[in-house]
Amino acid sequence: MSAEGGQRSAPAPSRIGGWARDLGMGVRFALAGGREGWVRALLTAVGVGLGVALLLLTTAVPSMQSVRRERESARDDVDYSRMDLRASDRSLLVANIDTDWRSKDIRGRALEREGAKAPLPPGLDTFPAAGEMVVSPALKELLESSDARLLRERLPGRIVGTIGESGLIGSHELAFYRGGEGLAGNIDGARVARIDRFGDTSPPEQATDPVLLLLVLVVFAVLLMPVAVFIAAAVRFGGERRDRRLAALRLVGSDGYMVRRIAAGEAMAGAVLGLVFGTAFFLIGRQVAGSVEVFGISVFPSYLDPSPALALLVGLAVPAAAVLVTMFAMRGVVIEPLGVVRTAKPTRRRLWWRLLLPLAGLGMLWPMVGQGRDSGNFNEYLVIGGVLLLLIGVATLLPWAVESVVSRLGGGGVAWQLAVRRLQLSSGTAARMVNGVAVAIAGAIALQMLFAGVESDYTKSSGNDVQRVQMQVSLSRNAQLAPAVREFRDTKGVRTVYAYAEGTLGDRRKDPDIGIGMTVGDCASLRQAAALPSCRDGDVFYVGNADLDENALKMAKRPGRTLYLDPTYSGAPRSREIPWQIPSGMKEAGSREDLTGGERGGFLVTPKALSATAATALRGQVYLALDASVPDAGDLVRNTAAAVDPLSQPMNWYATQTSERYGAIRSGLFVGAVAVLALIGASLLVSQLEQLRDRKKLLSALVAFGTRRRTLSLSVLWQTAIPIALGLVLSLAVGLTLGVVLLRMTATPVVVDWWSVLSMAAVGAGVVVAVTLCSLPPLLRLMRPDGLRTE
Amino acid sequence: MSIGHTLLGLLESGPRHGYDLKRAFDEKFGHDRPLHYGQVYSTMSRLLKNGLVEVDGIEPGGGPERKRYAITDAGVTDVQTWLATPEKPEPYLQSTLYTKVVLALLTRRDAADILDTQRAEHLRLMRILTDRKRKGDLADQLICDHALFHLEADLRWLELTAARLDKLAEVVVK
Amino acid sequence: MTPPPGSLLTAENLRKAYGPTLALDGAGFSIHPGEVVAVMGPSGSGKSTLLHCLAGIVPPDSGSILYDGADLATMSDARRSALRRSDFGFVFQFGQLVPELTCVENVALPLRLNGTSRKEAERAALAWMQRLEVDDIGRKRPGEVSGGQGQRVAVARALVTEPRVLFADEPTGALDSLNGERVMELLTDAARSTSAAVVLVTHEARVAAYSDREIVVRDGKSRDMERAV
Repeated sequence: MSAEGGQRSAPAPSRIGGWARDLGMGVRFALAGGREGWVRALLTAVGVGLGVALLLLTTAVPSMQSVRRERESARDDVDYSRMDLRASDRSLLVANIDTDWRSKDIRGRALEREGAKAPLPPGLDTFPAAGEMVVSPALKELLESSDARLLRERLPGRIVGTIGESGLIGSHELAFYRGGEGLAGNIDGARVARIDRFGDTSPPEQATDPVLLLLVLVVFAVLLMPVAVFIAAAVRFGGERRDRRLAALRLVGSDGYMVRRIAAGEAMAGAVLGLVFGTAFFLIGRQVAGSVEVFGISVFPSYLDPSPALALLVGLAVPAAAVLVTMFAMRGVVIEPLGVVRTAKPTRRRLWWRLLLPLAGLGMLWPMVGQGRDSGNFNEYLVIGGVLLLLIGVATLLPWAVESVVSRLGGGGVAWQLAVRRLQLSSGTAARMVNGVAVAIAGAIALQMLFAGVESDYTKSSGNDVQRVQMQVSLSRNAQLAPAVREFRDTKGVRTVYAYAEGTLGDRRKDPDIGIGMTVGDCASLRQAAALPSCRDGDVFYVGNADLDENALKMAKRPGRTLYLDPTYSGAPRSREIPWQIPSGMKEAGSREDLTGGERGGFLVTPKALSATAATALRGQVYLALDASVPDAGDLVRNTAAAVDPLSQPMNWYATQTSERYGAIRSGLFVGAVAVLALIGASLLVSQLEQLRDRKKLLSALVAFGTRRRTLSLSVLWQTAIPIALGLVLSLAVGLTLGVVLLRMTATPVVVDWWSVLSMAAVGAGVVVAVTLCSLPPLLRLMRPDGLRTE
Repeated sequence: MSIGHTLLGLLESGPRHGYDLKRAFDEKFGHDRPLHYGQVYSTMSRLLKNGLVEVDGIEPGGGPERKRYAITDAGVTDVQTWLATPEKPEPYLQSTLYTKVVLALLTRRDAADILDTQRAEHLRLMRILTDRKRKGDLADQLICDHALFHLEADLRWLELTAARLDKLAEVVVK
Repeated sequence: MTPPPGSLLTAENLRKAYGPTLALDGAGFSIHPGEVVAVMGPSGSGKSTLLHCLAGIVPPDSGSILYDGADLATMSDARRSALRRSDFGFVFQFGQLVPELTCVENVALPLRLNGTSRKEAERAALAWMQRLEVDDIGRKRPGEVSGGQGQRVAVARALVTEPRVLFADEPTGALDSLNGERVMELLTDAARSTSAAVVLVTHEARVAAYSDREIVVRDGKSRDMERAV
């Protein structure tokens, strides 16, 4: 009917021509709407741009990961598989001398050439000679800083060059290569190895762990949803003003369909501009990404290279989505020539189809429940689909929940009443504003649960007793224990030192049938390892607990028999094979939890009871109790360790050690969640400010009445806090459900990690508070009575 | 409109012949209704009789138009009183008001004051009418409204004139 | 300065500049309890600014505003706000009703700002709406009622605290004559019945005719017409 009018006013345009004309007009409105039009287009573009940038970044993540993995595997060196390699002109000795600086890991390698054709590690031009180092740019910077004096003492070599990008896995990685000497005697495949080339010799066909795969898939789903919600919100910035302008267009003769198409054109203009912005943001972000380090991960800009197909998809999907969202949003709006009419009684939001989505999501995930990690073959489409449906479910349930709860709210003070009534009138807007936050949180909670659930598998509880000692230093095979212990005792920040020399006894020189552990240490140290009846230097003990070492118990009853310290196993070079006679008069010791958290069996020997020859076949272990009040005590110890034995391996003890792969995924989730929340916070702020600007006059009138600033500020807070609280409750429910389902899928016992749940909720709440705080200054400014002046 | 007061006012700026007076009057106030010589003659003789003007001199040739008139002190006071007294608000008042404003400008009196006095008088009557309207029946209301709308129109004219006094002064006082 | 005897609100020598624009340049004002005073003048003459100063919404740059023995010009913002809540009422041309509150809640708002309980406030609000003949639209929102009804709701809201001074800035500006007159009748009747003083800013003579006396503001200066006559 009214469509006819439009057709008449523009004589017989073709259908497509009409579309193009209207869309074009919308684009013009978006770009030529004066200052206000520009601001609106800019806001939309920035919003969409941020979303696009995040999408592009996401599409670049797989390539980033694979580049990192390639680099990492290309410089792979020390491993057991090359134990049989003999010295030649092509061989190189490599020692792993990784160290820590405060809480940062430093990758360190000592290199010793055995021939002219020894392989050069990636990123290096020449081998550093003994006393020289080649370092990564980040380490160079660190060493030059005045702060890192202790580290400089530990790494005294002259810096002769920097490691190139191809030898590093991140722009901020701390790494160094040092010239080494006399490494041959220490080859053990674990710390020191002989190699003839760098790179994984037999890259293990590492089938991606299904659980890890599931985690990665969910992380992507969780990150992308809020971006979609955000883009949807961004194309609607300034919607009320636009509606008024469209009404004016109706007045001069546009029909309802034309108006919709013009609006779509406006949205598209914003979205296309957003694509340009997004590309720029991405390129800037890529450079920035090269200069920052988050959760111990840094990258080079060149790593972030989105795959062309995915980038093209983003470029097409975003404008299309912008147009669709606009069309969808204008569904309930009738634009009349004299103004905008929201369909008189907005149709009551129905629950059933909103419930269908999450139920369908659960239905998709259900068949996989209980498949566990062994059979673990997840259909990734079902997983992604199910997770996405559940999360979209949150987004669709939220408006319904906000509306039905808000319509029942009452009572309270003026601020509360103002906020509640406002929400009742436009609960959809409020719900939309927090949807992004809620979805992000539901997803993050589910993931946190999944992580917490599988943590036991990926995070080994080290069991170390951090009460008694806080650090351990493993000395290399040839190092002298006694002088080292003296040095450690003299190190500042060390309270107590327990030292052991450890070795293995066999019943034969070669390929023994039985092996018995031998621990040598002074009485004080031995008392930490077992319950001794009495102890004097010269004593030898056996641990009488048969569960720990049955052989020790048997041998203890056969004094005089000869055992061999450090027996040789076939396939490995000949060991020391030092004979040791079982002494008579051995005392029995009870077992107790030793410093490593386990119980120790075998023979315990005081130094006097052992010959000097035998002592050389043992390996030193030093356990240190630190004085927490001394800053950098750990680094002081590491310095001593490096001084007494360059190949020693100092370790900090923490209650648990995180599996590296798991840690990477968790870091990724955190980075993503923080980025998404920041994005959503920005859009929340924009909507809030726009809403405030629209009410300038009303605010001034309320001030004239003597309304307190506190009252209005509180009402702004409530207005955001109520839907956010609802969103949090709902997302908690969905997140927990999703988490339970995911845990069931991996056949992991369901554990709710309440601390993570609370922290995610706190992050969401923090965003709200931040947004409210940021909107207070403009609110207070608008509350100045000047607003009454404009007439 | 009082022709006598107007002619008196015109004399305030200096003695004039009867002929000059007519010309000045026609030029400033008599756009569509020029004065007859007879009107000038009879008015001037009435003013002369009341002692508001005096004959300043007679040019040879006789006839009233050759007499030069000058205003007396009594005449100035009379003009002053007339200007300061608001007109009874009634329709079609503007020609009188206009004359008063122009005369005030010509004689360097405060024209804005005249307008303000008049608007106060208008509003006073409007208040009375509004009050009567509130207390009266429908017939009273309709009658009062008629008067109120006319008075409002006058009042708007007063406000507009007040806003344009500066421009008017430029035109009138050459 | 000594206020004229019996005066409720007196201002003298008010000066107020907004940036380079001088909105008030030595304006004065005085009103007695129960009196309706119209403030007239062309647009931009400073009449709204005079009202804002008199009502303690904006402090003047200089001059004094005596109300009840206290000088509003030197009062803190918090005290002026409290005074506006307890002693003053306001009606504006538009943009004053909170769109998401129902009419009755809008009227009850000033009472609630003063700490009256919701129930009691709404009962008082309804009584005032009855006096202004709009009690039938109490449950509707401002967007659903006509301009005349909305303005009456606004008047009811201004009077619900039984203020001693009612400030009305072009209260009929957005209404047709019939609605405008009805609103003026109800407003002045209600104000007289509570012997509230009314400061009525208007540029319409027929609205000003509801006043007892008028002052004219031109170029930031005020002129009391009673003294002129």
